[in-house]
Amino acid sequence: LVEVVHVSALDWLVLLGTTLGIAGYGWWYTRGRKQLDTYLRGAQNTSWITIGLSVMATQASAVTFLSTPGQGYADGMRFVQIYFGLPIAMVIIAAVFVPLYRRLNVFTAYEFLGRRFDGKTRLLGAGLFLLQRGIGAGLTIYAPSIVISGVLGWPLDLTIVFSAILAIIYTVSGGSEAVNVTHRFQMLLIFSGLIVAFFVIVASMPQGVSFADALHVAGSAGRMKAIDFSPDLNNRYTIWSGIFGGVFLMLAYFGTDQSQVQRYLSGTSVRESRLGLMFNSVVKVPMQIFILLLGTLVFVYYQFEQPPLFFNRAEWRKYTEAPGGDTLRKLDERFVPLHAEEAARIRDWLAARHSGDSAAETKARAAMTAADGQTRQLRAEAAKTLVAIDPKADTKDTDYVFLTFILDHLPHGVIGLLVAVIFAGGLSSVASELTALGGTVAVDFYRNLIKPEATDAHYVLASKWFTGLWGVLILAFALFFQFSDNLIQAVNKLGSIFYGPVLGLFIVAFFFKRIGGTAVFWGAIASQALVIAVHLFARDKIAFLWYNPIGVGACVFFSYVVQALPGVSSAQPKASLAA
Amino acid sequence: MSSPPPPESPPEESPRVPVFRTWRGLYIFVLGMLALYIVFLALWSRWFT
Repeated sequence: LVEVVHVSALDWLVLLGTTLGIAGYGWWYTRGRKQLDTYLRGAQNTSWITIGLSVMATQASAVTFLSTPGQGYADGMRFVQIYFGLPIAMVIIAAVFVPLYRRLNVFTAYEFLGRRFDGKTRLLGAGLFLLQRGIGAGLTIYAPSIVISGVLGWPLDLTIVFSAILAIIYTVSGGSEAVNVTHRFQMLLIFSGLIVAFFVIVASMPQGVSFADALHVAGSAGRMKAIDFSPDLNNRYTIWSGIFGGVFLMLAYFGTDQSQVQRYLSGTSVRESRLGLMFNSVVKVPMQIFILLLGTLVFVYYQFEQPPLFFNRAEWRKYTEAPGGDTLRKLDERFVPLHAEEAARIRDWLAARHSGDSAAETKARAAMTAADGQTRQLRAEAAKTLVAIDPKADTKDTDYVFLTFILDHLPHGVIGLLVAVIFAGGLSSVASELTALGGTVAVDFYRNLIKPEATDAHYVLASKWFTGLWGVLILAFALFFQFSDNLIQAVNKLGSIFYGPVLGLFIVAFFFKRIGGTAVFWGAIASQALVIAVHLFARDKIAFLWYNPIGVGACVFFSYVVQALPGVSSAQPKASLAA
Repeated sequence: MSSPPPPESPPEESPRVPVFRTWRGLYIFVLGMLALYIVFLALWSRWFT
């Protein structure tokens, strides 16, 4: 089961042609821009469809195309619930945030905090963003690189450097406008790749297994359960955590994270910005359903075709060759007949279903469930054995499922296209993050504190330097730091630790007119301390999506408390800041 | 002399999207779509078990 993966010349042509072509076009189209407005906000002449695609491209990182199908494979469709808060958040942002940002003509979301409160609150918001997004951007490059290099056998460092350098070149050169231009093509590539993958997977199902059969097989294994009404706070994906926790996560991400705010600030008008967000609201949930469905269909495919016992084959190979690796090889040998048995029981069950004989169907389902239990047990044994050989072994292999499937079973050309989709996802996110990081340092720190009066050309040059420096910092971070845990969850968890207090700053700014800068500043710091404490001491009891409402609620509460203390001044009403 | 037509709404008051005359209408549509997705997925979960 462990073989060398061959990527053909056609795959290379498709991969390099699309990846370099899009990046090169972005660089060429936007070369020589000298206006700060153009560099940071794309001259505010972007149409709603470009904004919508750009917002989607920023959120859809490479991890989306590796981890999400992996989630569909291992856990079914229920991960989609995390996106239920998105449309609600989008409506709030379109109705409240966008008009205010546009009216104040700000370059960054934190500039708004400075106008509403004071300089220190602006710096706190910008600082928390830089800290959180800086780490996140390193992860955005590192996470897919380790999977791609592991599966394709490419050197990890080279994969990281290739992704980062490409993003740095066109982002530093063309700024926000280059990001907008490339996002359109990257999303086109992503949509095309996903649709092609869907048809190829459906066409790859064994003879006699229709699309409907495949969905029923997935359903019989619990993979079709998309909605979970359980009130358990520790249950990571339920409709409640998705709507209530998700709405705060999405509000924070789309409403206060400069990598997203910059996308819709580039709109020609409030109308274009709002329509772009509404487009994202309507399209995002079906897109995630579709990506999860791909993973679920891959699961069904591997019910009939022999999969590897452990999908991270580089890791598996390493330990089979290590002392104690005999046990792993024996597990591999035991897995083949067990899998064949399970495939036969599934076929029996499908035949019984088609016959309409409910008694036979029940009996066949019981046999199928028993066979499934045996293969699950073997997989658990494999994970235990890996840990017994090396306690630090990474036993989670779901991020490797989709790429393994692509490489093993899809035709050449399509392989190149789908690896290009993964790279496009990575580049599209990193590019937004880089322009946002560079722009925030330039506007909120450099122009605000160091050099308030200079020409546009000077600030553009400064922004380019800061963007480039962030690129180098992120590259170094991705090269020298090691990450663990499921990739997409790591990104979301990281966001959730910082997002609550930052969103709290904005919620107070928009809806609590009497609270002033000093109160909200200390309120945000206290709430950040609380969220970190919850993460350190209660993460086993509270799923990470709940950190967001906790952070927001704590920030509002502590701000009120500090505001009530004697000697703390209230905010002065400002007509231009009315929501 | 007929009275002048009522002034047009300011550009930001209307999304200028066919069917939707106000932003509120568009927001309700978006939230309605979310409800539709949830109902669809609930039925989907029930059907494929």
